[in-house]
Amino acid sequence: MTVERTVRLSNRLGLHVRPAAKIAELASKCNSEIFLIKDTQQANAKSIIELLTLAAPCGTLLTIKSTGDDSGNVIEAIQQLINDKFGED
Amino acid sequence: MQIKKGVPASPGICISKVFLLETEPYFVTKHLIEIEDIPREISRFQKAVEEVIKDVQILQQRLSHTLKRKTSSIIDAHIAMLKDEYINNQIIKEIKENRYTAERAVTTVLKRYTKVFLSIDDDFISSRVQDIYDIESRLFKKLLKKRSDEISDLKEEIALIAHDLTPTQTITFDRHKIKGIATNAGGATSHTTIIARSLGIPAVVGLKTITFDVSTGDTIIIDGNSGIVIIEPDDETIEKYSANERTFLFFERKLFKESKNKPAITRDGHQVSLYANIDLPAEISLALKYDAGGIGLLRTEFLYPSADHLPTEKEHFEIYKKIVSRMGQREVIIRTLDVGADKLPLEGTVYERNPFLGFRAIRFSFQQTDIFKTQLRAIMRAAEFGNVSIMFPLISSYDEVVMAKNIMKEVQDELRTKNIPFKNDIKIGIMIEVPSAAIIADILCNEIDFFSIGTNDLIQYTLAVDRGNEHVASLYQPAHPAIFRLIKNVIQVANKHNKIVGMCGEMSGDIVYTVFLLGLGLKFFSMGPLMIPEVKKIIRSITFEEAQKVAGEAMSFKDAKACKTFLKEYTKQIVPQLF
Repeated sequence: MTVERTVRLSNRLGLHVRPAAKIAELASKCNSEIFLIKDTQQANAKSIIELLTLAAPCGTLLTIKSTGDDSGNVIEAIQQLINDKFGED
Repeated sequence: MQIKKGVPASPGICISKVFLLETEPYFVTKHLIEIEDIPREISRFQKAVEEVIKDVQILQQRLSHTLKRKTSSIIDAHIAMLKDEYINNQIIKEIKENRYTAERAVTTVLKRYTKVFLSIDDDFISSRVQDIYDIESRLFKKLLKKRSDEISDLKEEIALIAHDLTPTQTITFDRHKIKGIATNAGGATSHTTIIARSLGIPAVVGLKTITFDVSTGDTIIIDGNSGIVIIEPDDETIEKYSANERTFLFFERKLFKESKNKPAITRDGHQVSLYANIDLPAEISLALKYDAGGIGLLRTEFLYPSADHLPTEKEHFEIYKKIVSRMGQREVIIRTLDVGADKLPLEGTVYERNPFLGFRAIRFSFQQTDIFKTQLRAIMRAAEFGNVSIMFPLISSYDEVVMAKNIMKEVQDELRTKNIPFKNDIKIGIMIEVPSAAIIADILCNEIDFFSIGTNDLIQYTLAVDRGNEHVASLYQPAHPAIFRLIKNVIQVANKHNKIVGMCGEMSGDIVYTVFLLGLGLKFFSMGPLMIPEVKKIIRSITFEEAQKVAGEAMSFKDAKACKTFLKEYTKQIVPQLF
């Protein structure tokens, strides 16, 4: 089962270190693989270093994608986190 | 089987398993590990990660009061990066599937990401590359330190292979387990060479790339006599070298027995003294075993092993007392501190563009008189327990000799006022290792009791050659006529003024120069203890008259190489067994 959600980064600094760390922390809570996709570039959401390589600034449209069964809540949580601007701005 | 040629640094033959000591990240070995070693490498990596995380957490806690929230969260990010399972699994995969060492797997994977980061336009993100470098260097330090620590706690006998050895490493290593040494860097007078020789470990240095050619567990032959190193030798070669090793040991033992308890006297009755150079207190046993007439150079740098501790007067005193007492009536020449300022725990020391021409040895002692006086007090007190002389390093002018003596007087006055027992008629000597001092030996000699020629620095300063730099090391030539003239001048001046003259540099333990130095009139030869039987053998094989003739002829050469060949061939004729 594939789940996909699209969300726009709206915090001022974009996907930098702390947001990436927060996403990776959430993503690591489930067994299924979770990816963040920017255009054609795909990053493993459990890896802070991979997420940083997306170099996504404010306004980027990101797709959160998972193929596992236990990822539903986690995807929700990541979407929420991004919409909440990572509690930053 | 692969054969390499380097510089023969310390005699003897070693056939042993390789222990590769990696100390520099950029010397990551390209060798593949054995399949059975995969779990070990993985666990080395995992432990390093755990320890780095712990270190960073401790750092964070310690700084928690002073850190701004922002900085603290960067440290959090570092920890998160270190815990990044996805990355760590890639590293483990490199170890497992490609049989990389932990070090190589770490750089391989992290390099992939640094490349990506460096190509990103966003400054804010691309600067994260610094975080990755930081993590990489922390991991490396852990991985390499582990290896470094292992050499002080070896379980089996090994041949130690390294880029170069630092003084700290050589102090901590277990010399009974280390059967041979081979290094990329170094020349005939580098630190590794001096230590290997004084500990009697066969060594070949200056091999340039040996750390890339071997990996831990390989079999290696190190032939310290010829400078040949053979990696993964075949059975026939091993057999041949085992026989050589036995012959060599047999000859060494024979020579040792033959010379034991016999004076260093020529066939026509001219006697000289053979002393030992000592780096560490443990070598005193060696000096006594090899029949040293005294200690011609007690280096005191071992008392300052790390930059975070200065030895107390008590520490100095206890060690000197022990050494001096063990030597009984035999003379012990203690040289005062001879390091650069960078080796000591002092605030505000400056970066030096030219440390060898800079703030070191006696120059340093004059500016840090507290450190200097502490050592002088301990030496004078310990002198009560035996036969002690004191020697100052790096003297380059008359003023310095006067100043050193004045400080000694101040210390004596202090001790006298406090009623602390000490010996006040201690002999004072200076190292002749700066060309200026060798040239003005006649001016200096009225102020002192003895000269000791330090050839290593004298050659390097006179010929302007850094002996540790492999690109110019071939210009380092002890038989250069300029060196011979300086040495001759110092010996003649001293003998004319009835002052004692000795030599404690490498040259005095190099059998090629024994006849020459003897012929010039050198009275005290100080060298690595193991060299004593060979030098004694030569001295006992000739007459002083012959030696004087040889010295005279050697002085007439224009070219260092030809001169060295002449001296070598002459020595070979009288004692062919030594070659």
